[in-house]
Amino acid sequence: MRVLMFGWEYPPLSSGGLGTACYGLTKGLSHHNIDVTFVVPKHIENAEHVKIVSADSKKIIEIDSIITPYMTTLEYKQKKYHVKSPDSIYGKDLFQEVHNYSLKAKEIAKEEYHDVIHCHDWMTFRAGIEAKKISKKPLVVHVHATEFDRTGGNGINQHVYETEKLGMQEADAVIAVSNFTKDKIIEHYGINPDKINVVHNAVEFPETEPKKEKFGLDKVVLFLGRITLQKGPDYFLKAAKKVIDSEPNVTFVMAGSGDMEANIIEKVAEMGIAHKFLFAGFLKGSEVDRAYKMAHLYVMPSVSEPFGIVPLEAMRNNTPVLISKQSGVSEVIDHCLKVDFWDTDEMANKIISTLRYNELHHELSNNGSQEVKKFSWNIPAKKCVDIYNSVIRW
Amino acid sequence: MVSFCFYFQVHQPFRLRKYPVFDIGNNHDYFDNDKNQEIMKKVAEKCYLPTNKLMLDLLKHEPRFKISYSLSGTFLDQIEKMPELLESFKKLVDTGRVELLDETYYHSLSFLYSKAEFVEQVNLHKQKIKQLFNYTPKVFRNTELVYNNELARFIEDLGYIGILAEGADRVLGWRSPDFLYQPATTSKISLLLRNYKLSDDISFRFSNKGWNEYPLTTEKFARWANKVNGNGNVINLFMDYETFGEHQWEDTGIFEFLRNLPKELLKHPDNDFKTPSEIVKIYKPIGQLDIHSPISWADMERDLSAWLGNKMQETALRDIYGVEHSVKQSDDPALLADWRKLQTSDHFYYMCTKWFSDGDVHKYFNPYDSPYDAFISFMNILNDIKSRLKQEVMINGG
Repeated sequence: MRVLMFGWEYPPLSSGGLGTACYGLTKGLSHHNIDVTFVVPKHIENAEHVKIVSADSKKIIEIDSIITPYMTTLEYKQKKYHVKSPDSIYGKDLFQEVHNYSLKAKEIAKEEYHDVIHCHDWMTFRAGIEAKKISKKPLVVHVHATEFDRTGGNGINQHVYETEKLGMQEADAVIAVSNFTKDKIIEHYGINPDKINVVHNAVEFPETEPKKEKFGLDKVVLFLGRITLQKGPDYFLKAAKKVIDSEPNVTFVMAGSGDMEANIIEKVAEMGIAHKFLFAGFLKGSEVDRAYKMAHLYVMPSVSEPFGIVPLEAMRNNTPVLISKQSGVSEVIDHCLKVDFWDTDEMANKIISTLRYNELHHELSNNGSQEVKKFSWNIPAKKCVDIYNSVIRW
Repeated sequence: MVSFCFYFQVHQPFRLRKYPVFDIGNNHDYFDNDKNQEIMKKVAEKCYLPTNKLMLDLLKHEPRFKISYSLSGTFLDQIEKMPELLESFKKLVDTGRVELLDETYYHSLSFLYSKAEFVEQVNLHKQKIKQLFNYTPKVFRNTELVYNNELARFIEDLGYIGILAEGADRVLGWRSPDFLYQPATTSKISLLLRNYKLSDDISFRFSNKGWNEYPLTTEKFARWANKVNGNGNVINLFMDYETFGEHQWEDTGIFEFLRNLPKELLKHPDNDFKTPSEIVKIYKPIGQLDIHSPISWADMERDLSAWLGNKMQETALRDIYGVEHSVKQSDDPALLADWRKLQTSDHFYYMCTKWFSDGDVHKYFNPYDSPYDAFISFMNILNDIKSRLKQEVMINGG
């Protein structure tokens, strides 16, 4: 079986969970002897037109494009401005770009043999629809996030919403990364629940066992993720303030970047907790693992998190996690602390408890690092294979 | 001759409310009164009242039927405002064929941590049973059937004639639980062992559709039980009373099963019913049992790991008994009462992290989403107890 997959670039180039998920999933699929032709948008910065790489059962096709998974229309304009000599194939705006990408997809669908089309999130949905028109093969759309997660429900971009909806309507099967996301798809997009399959994400395991790192004298409470409304950085701040008021030996570290970064930095200063706050910027590769190892506790205060692989990465590094109940990952892990993102009193209570009670920290660390071992990408990959088989008309 | 010995455990803890760190030193109100009342009301309606009524009917219509109960002090405290329920237990005791057992008032694990506290709680329980039922128990059962030689010897010294324990394979080996035994290092007290297979067929497997013996009928159960005839003297059927109507809901047919069970068992001419003290008086121990490390009736392990299986539980238990001396020195009855309610084994059971095999049972009436939440509230409360102790020292000790 060969899958034509429209996805996103792999780590370490990727900027978030989507690239990580695509990478893990294709790896898991190759474990089940599924061939994947993987189409990714390639940034103009490292331009070559179309590059085809054959690696085992996986074939990677890169298309010139400057779109990234978390791009907003505003960011697109800025990024386009930075491109020195804009090629005529690049459109006026992000939507034009997505359109151009889907035209490329048509060509690929003609040339590349495949049995099923699988695409990841809205920017690839049009590509999937176009490919399906050409090859008449079944389409599976994989929803890692919806416009409702990204915006918190305010200021939904109608074009994005409609693309998401069209993709799900045209698809023969929809994959949601959690029940949390499945419910959103039913509620906001009116998609038939029978067509929606929940496939929870997993996490990659490194070859070597993690070692603990120390960070000065203080215990570190870590936020790691994009500093955007969706990730709840402002709730993290409110909880941090309450913790700092009663626990002197703690430092809060925020790693990541995003459109709320400046605002958050200002707020930290206003609240008078700047001496207990560090901004680490956007971390890559091994820096991420170092951050987990240094942390006493990882907090994911997301307002709306379709899945959330990051807590699994922290647990893999023996770091206890406190996660928002408004997340997909909270459906599948038990050995962690959970809190409603808006309940900053309870968030602070739980943070302080891990600082004060060593046994709590010890048990979360031990049991969490055991529990996370069950999240191999082979499992979600197997579920995808079952879904392919259910839609392919042999 | 086989005697069936029914003992039902009736217990409810004082569940704690969600107690954040910010309340330490500011709020001494630890218990979730609304939730506790709500659960009592629900379980009374689904289980206690209908089952008591059924038991009373059975006792009236079948003069050979006998049963026994152990009612925890924390349960009795909570039904004081439920006169109908208390009355229904009194009526059962008044039949003269219902035996009451003693236990620690606070359904605690105190024997493992403080013998002094243990004796006080046993005596408190004895007084409460005397006061409410005008009854003096002769047989003892420890919390969750936690048991070893040392406990048997201790209980013998307190004047009891019998003690209950789990018929764990680990201690029995090739021997049968269907005889009376003599605890090692004792001379007078007798040991009754739970037939866990037949007990769990009712309390645990009754409604399990995945069980190859489902559905369990009274005829089938009697057939299994009768096999013991000739190979044993007594079949001890020990279980939580909440089995009836709560763990096994009414629609599973559990009440019909119970209603028909006595007459089915009595069809065999050699069978009868006896209470624990009657068993002790009638039968002679068949041999000695030497049990050093504690056993219990909990989970598959039948050891202490449900309450002492991880570092959080160890710390919480060690720390609660760590303040015993100061609490007793303080001469503050409210503080003493709060401290004792915190000793109830359920609080530590909620902190159990070995969910994956025994998860279902741990969730019964569990007010917490996770063992970590249970630990956080408990430790915060314990720290408030400590802050109150410091206050006492400042006021009294100067």
